[in-house]
Amino acid sequence: MSPDSHAFIFLNAFLINNFVLAMFLGLCPFLGVSGKVKTAWNMGLAVIFVMIVSSVCAFGINHLLVRYNLEFLRLICYIAVIASAVQLVEMFVKKFSPALFRTLGIFLPLITTNCAILGLALFQTNREYDFTQCLAFSLGAGAGFTLALVLMAGLREKLELADVPDTVTQAALSLMIAGLLSLTFMGFAGLGG
Amino acid sequence: MATDPRAPEPLSLATFTQGIWKENPVFVMLLGLCPVLAVTNTATNALAMGLATLFVLLCSGVLVSLLRKVIPKQVRIACYIIIIATFVTIVDYAIQAISLDLHRALGAFIQLIVVNCVILGRAESYASKNTVINAFVNALGMGVGFTLALLCLGVVREILGFGTLFAIELFGASFQPWAVFALPPGGFFALAGWLFLFAYIRKRRAAAQSEETHVA
Repeated sequence: MSPDSHAFIFLNAFLINNFVLAMFLGLCPFLGVSGKVKTAWNMGLAVIFVMIVSSVCAFGINHLLVRYNLEFLRLICYIAVIASAVQLVEMFVKKFSPALFRTLGIFLPLITTNCAILGLALFQTNREYDFTQCLAFSLGAGAGFTLALVLMAGLREKLELADVPDTVTQAALSLMIAGLLSLTFMGFAGLGG
Repeated sequence: MATDPRAPEPLSLATFTQGIWKENPVFVMLLGLCPVLAVTNTATNALAMGLATLFVLLCSGVLVSLLRKVIPKQVRIACYIIIIATFVTIVDYAIQAISLDLHRALGAFIQLIVVNCVILGRAESYASKNTVINAFVNALGMGVGFTLALLCLGVVREILGFGTLFAIELFGASFQPWAVFALPPGGFFALAGWLFLFAYIRKRRAAAQSEETHVA
């Protein structure tokens, strides 16, 4: 697969360079919301959704900035635009699909200024992806985040019954598991050529 | 974060030291973990990242504190983020000018300082309620604590992963580097290791204390 192909960009963000386990983006929700599989799923869906919205926004805003030679304002614009776009979509969803809002709603404000979201926007700009490549990238990154979160939640649900030493605090234990997961995901390196 | 939100704190040594040990942003509060794990594969990167964060913390803390009576309450978070983003942009361009290699090594993580919760947390919970001097001292403490934590991880990972420290060879040619510590999983393991150590120390100390009171 060529590195520019959509399939490779998707796979790369999904498994090989997983946002959470290889690039350490979005660790706060990863450690915070991975207690239950059900919650993890909903959170994952919300992240995919926000990622696509912000990827499209960042693509548009970057075009504008490049045209007017204002690249140094990129960071400020990205944050402001992503935050307001998510807010707007949130209001829209609340109005038209209350059921969907109940599933995703509580997570949306949590993830708007998450490093995974901003990281996605910055990486797609640095790598100069075109519009469809951006979509593949954001979809892959979101799916990868969801996969990591759900795996982690599954492990932690099992772990609640396990007998661990006293000194092992909650956070340290989660980090240890994350490290093992990350080790496993390194096995995907080289996938797709 | 444990301080009373209403009354402005008098300036004391604790204003400075709370960020270094008692409320260390990384080891105690587990904030801002993304850069902590992502750029600490060598001690040099860790130090650079720590100093960059320290600068942003200081400047944004002072500015937020100066503007605390001007910023309307409803839009304060947005204002803080804009202030932080401005300083991060300055740091980003400064590092690019000073050392292009370093800029390449840290990559997008310099820009991601914007979303580091330590900085926004300090702006919201401390700088917006205290005088400029207090905010400066507190931010300095937090920044130093953050940098120290990054160094702790960076030193361990560089020694184990590359067998060097600040790019100086430590062991002879026979040293077999423990490569996993230079790779992403090593970041998780190193931080987990430090947390184990601190939990162990805390537990030992608590046990010793309860024994003392028991005897008395």
